Amino acid sequence: MEFIGGKLLQVVIALAAFAAIIGLIMLLVDKAPKSARDKATVIGFLAPAAILMLVGLVYPALQTSFIAFTDAKGQPNGVENFVWMFTQPEALVTLRNTVVWTVLVPLLSTVFGLAYAVFIDKARGEKILKALVFMPMAISFVGAGIIWKLVYDYRGPGIEQTGVLNALRVAMGMEPKQFLLDAPENTVFLIIVMVWIQTGFAMVVLSAAIKGVPVELVEAARLDGANPWQQFRNVTIPGIRGALVVVLTTITIATLKVFDIVRTMTAGNYDTSVVANEMYTQAFRAGEPGRGAALAVVLFLMVLPIVVYNARVLRQQREIR
Amino acid sequence: MTVTPAPDEAPEATRLRPRAEKGKAGPTEDAAPIMRRVKTRLTSRWATAAAVLLAVVWTIPTFGLFVSSFRPAAQQVGPRSDGWWNFFVDGNFTFKNYLDVTAAAGSQSPNLSQYFINSIAIVIPVTVFVLVLASMAAYIFAWGKFKGRDAMFIFVFALQIIPLQMSLIPLLQLFTQALQLPAGSYAQLWIAHTMFGLPLGIFLLHNFISEIPGEVIEAARVDGAGHSTIFWRIILPLSVPALASLAIFQFLWVWNDLLVALVFSGGTADVAPITQRLAEISGTRGARDYLNPAAAFVSIIVPLAVFFGLQRFFVRGLLAGGLKG
Repeated sequence: MEFIGGKLLQVVIALAAFAAIIGLIMLLVDKAPKSARDKATVIGFLAPAAILMLVGLVYPALQTSFIAFTDAKGQPNGVENFVWMFTQPEALVTLRNTVVWTVLVPLLSTVFGLAYAVFIDKARGEKILKALVFMPMAISFVGAGIIWKLVYDYRGPGIEQTGVLNALRVAMGMEPKQFLLDAPENTVFLIIVMVWIQTGFAMVVLSAAIKGVPVELVEAARLDGANPWQQFRNVTIPGIRGALVVVLTTITIATLKVFDIVRTMTAGNYDTSVVANEMYTQAFRAGEPGRGAALAVVLFLMVLPIVVYNARVLRQQREIR
Repeated sequence: MTVTPAPDEAPEATRLRPRAEKGKAGPTEDAAPIMRRVKTRLTSRWATAAAVLLAVVWTIPTFGLFVSSFRPAAQQVGPRSDGWWNFFVDGNFTFKNYLDVTAAAGSQSPNLSQYFINSIAIVIPVTVFVLVLASMAAYIFAWGKFKGRDAMFIFVFALQIIPLQMSLIPLLQLFTQALQLPAGSYAQLWIAHTMFGLPLGIFLLHNFISEIPGEVIEAARVDGAGHSTIFWRIILPLSVPALASLAIFQFLWVWNDLLVALVFSGGTADVAPITQRLAEISGTRGARDYLNPAAAFVSIIVPLAVFFGLQRFFVRGLLAGGLKG
């Protein structure tokens, strides 16, 4: 068991060092002269996270932006990568798919997650019920891939089916269907997998938010004769509006970045590709880092509307306060 | 989503209040009688039916995998394979898949327990780092006063879009060349995961922390509390449900991560997490695909335990009494 001891020691040292750094920051912030205290607080509280994000995210993002204007050999080639992107035959299908994903996944996941969180709130066995919908989030990606293969699997007519859905179809007297091959609905079947995963996220965050709605307000509404739907509509929803925006935004961004579901289930074939999958394919499979980077830049740009929306919500919040 | 009017509420207040609420001062105590009167059970039949339906639909796919993990290899893959539901007909049960996954110590590779320890050694510090650093930043973004605060917050939030794949190579060069971090130690993995976790962590916590009533913070300030006191004594205790959700997700993402591990662990068994080992066991070309279901369930145990363990922090009414109507 020697190896455990050594590893444990590393962890303990890391945590102790971290605690020491944070403790030092707190001490410095408190001991700063009164005139500079607010400034010291801002710097002390923000600097550790800011440095890590500058190094780990901003710097690579800048580098990616430069690579986007170079060719496979690293030579500058102007906007050629972007021209290529929008002139390749599948470009429109890929873009269309990405839009369908980013509209459907956040919407469906949030609706299902919210409904579930509300329905099971205060229910007996809430923990178990939550765990059932949370499970898809907890399962590893390899696991999720196999799980959905067991659902969508196809075998020719007349042979015993191994996929749940096709077994049901055959049992009902229908022909088995190639769920992942037939465009355009195959994109929808891939989207279902993502909704299945993200609903757990929406449910957990929204459930925590629902529990944060002051009980006095709910109680007051109830005493005023509001029925459960009215309580939900007029008290719960306004109370969790912030969390709803957060959930929708987070899932939208996660969906824009999704590539592993597409990658493992269809590899982007049969008209199912999305921008993030193309990015991965170009950068790591096709030996075209410039094109991959250009697609990453397009992803940055696609998130802009969400950024603008969040900026507006933030301003509203500040005004209310 | 129609919720029909509730019939009169039965006195179902038998459920114990979560432990985490104990020791909280005054406000939560006041809420107790109110809470007890609030219905503690689903009163609408439609809501119950919808919840059960959703739970079943969400669980069936995973259940199929669970059943498969106990089926012999021949039933799972290859020409003689059939649907997992046939398990209930043929009754071919085997525990061999789990034994192969957990006990298969190859000639050069140690058994699964070492990878298990690696995963825990990676995920615990990362979760602590992200929770502390993100909540500090979120507090300043929500309640600090400085020029460009909101613009900076929006920028941080937008960083979420940066694809992991694009950051890995520049970061690896930086770690090994510029910073000379030792390869084959946890340090690279800790730092990389913390970096990637921060934008979402700050975003999630900011929403919660900014909704803490300003009067609570103002009252503390009037009493002479400084920023660090307010942060540790007021902000963090009041943010427990949000911290618990973030802890669950951060734990999960790091636990299930394979990509970051492959790049920064240097492929050595010294620091490689369990996901890396499980990917090796099942092989790249699907030679041992039949082990995947069992492997998936071995690695899901810890995240589920964390999920259940943190449930008690999802408590109601931490802010009760803090609002003046």
